[in-house]
Amino acid sequence: MLLAAFQFPHIDELFRWEGLFFGDTAYEINKTSLLVLISSVMILLIFVGGSRRMRLIPTKLQSILEMTFEFIDHGITRDVVGKDAGRFTPFLGSLFLFILFLNFWEIVPFIQFPPTARFAIPLYLAIQTYLIYWYLGFRHNGYRYLTGHLFPAGVPKALYILVTPIELVQIVIVRPFSLAVRLLANMMAGHILLTALALLTTYALENAPIIAIGPFLLNVGVTGFEVLVGFLQAYIFTLLTAVYIADSIHPDH
Amino acid sequence: MHDILLAVQQAGELKDGLSSIGAGIAYGAAAIGPGIGIGIVVGNAITAMARQPEMSGPIRTTMFLGIAFTEALALFGFVLFFLAKG
Repeated sequence: MLLAAFQFPHIDELFRWEGLFFGDTAYEINKTSLLVLISSVMILLIFVGGSRRMRLIPTKLQSILEMTFEFIDHGITRDVVGKDAGRFTPFLGSLFLFILFLNFWEIVPFIQFPPTARFAIPLYLAIQTYLIYWYLGFRHNGYRYLTGHLFPAGVPKALYILVTPIELVQIVIVRPFSLAVRLLANMMAGHILLTALALLTTYALENAPIIAIGPFLLNVGVTGFEVLVGFLQAYIFTLLTAVYIADSIHPDH
Repeated sequence: MHDILLAVQQAGELKDGLSSIGAGIAYGAAAIGPGIGIGIVVGNAITAMARQPEMSGPIRTTMFLGIAFTEALALFGFVLFFLAKG
């Protein structure tokens, strides 16, 4: 009953950060944007540094990079977009790695905040995907990209009254929105869960130390689970982007 | 005058409490369908993989796609929870 007095902080306290540098200007840098910058630099350093002086017998770093490339090039690009779609690997690869690195900040000790849990970043990535698949659709299929979606073949004429509005909402609103919200909500839920368990542990330590073992063990388990979630969400975002691109290039299948 | 102020304050508290309850029920209800749906998706994917282990790769990819689309509904409920709670 001691734990009943536990007060969870307001949601803003978990996600709003004070500016660190250049406060009160348009270029203000807070924890979120700092982590985004650090991740970009890290990815750049690891991949540019690791791919210099490539050898036939790879070093440890080189074989990790090669496995990452294989995973994206075979598992996502060639399987989903098409056998001859290697030109999309750089885009899909950077997308995957960017989201993966941002998600993994959630479980790095003393940082423990995924920048993808702020809506701006998933929204930006989703809008980028949105623009790319519209552009590719019109470039490869012209106006038939739109008519093919709105008036699918093999559907009775009368059903177009029902199908066309649904498809329109689907490709204009639901696709980018669900893409962004999926990433956001997963990371946000994970962050709230981890914070709640950590706060519960400290609160229990102060008041009833024996109970603290429960939330603590749960916290360790959930942290392991968040590794899986972070990877899976990066994978799903990239996979869906690939599916939408494939749908734009060859809309018939 | 004092009574009116008290009534207004209580009405505000009542509204806050009710919207919290509503948000909780909304999220709970939003989780029912996707819960069943993901179960069906994964269950059938496992059946398919058990029958044809050599097709595991494509089936797994499709399974994640199915999960992602089904899960989106629960996540909309989750976001709505925070919007409704205010």
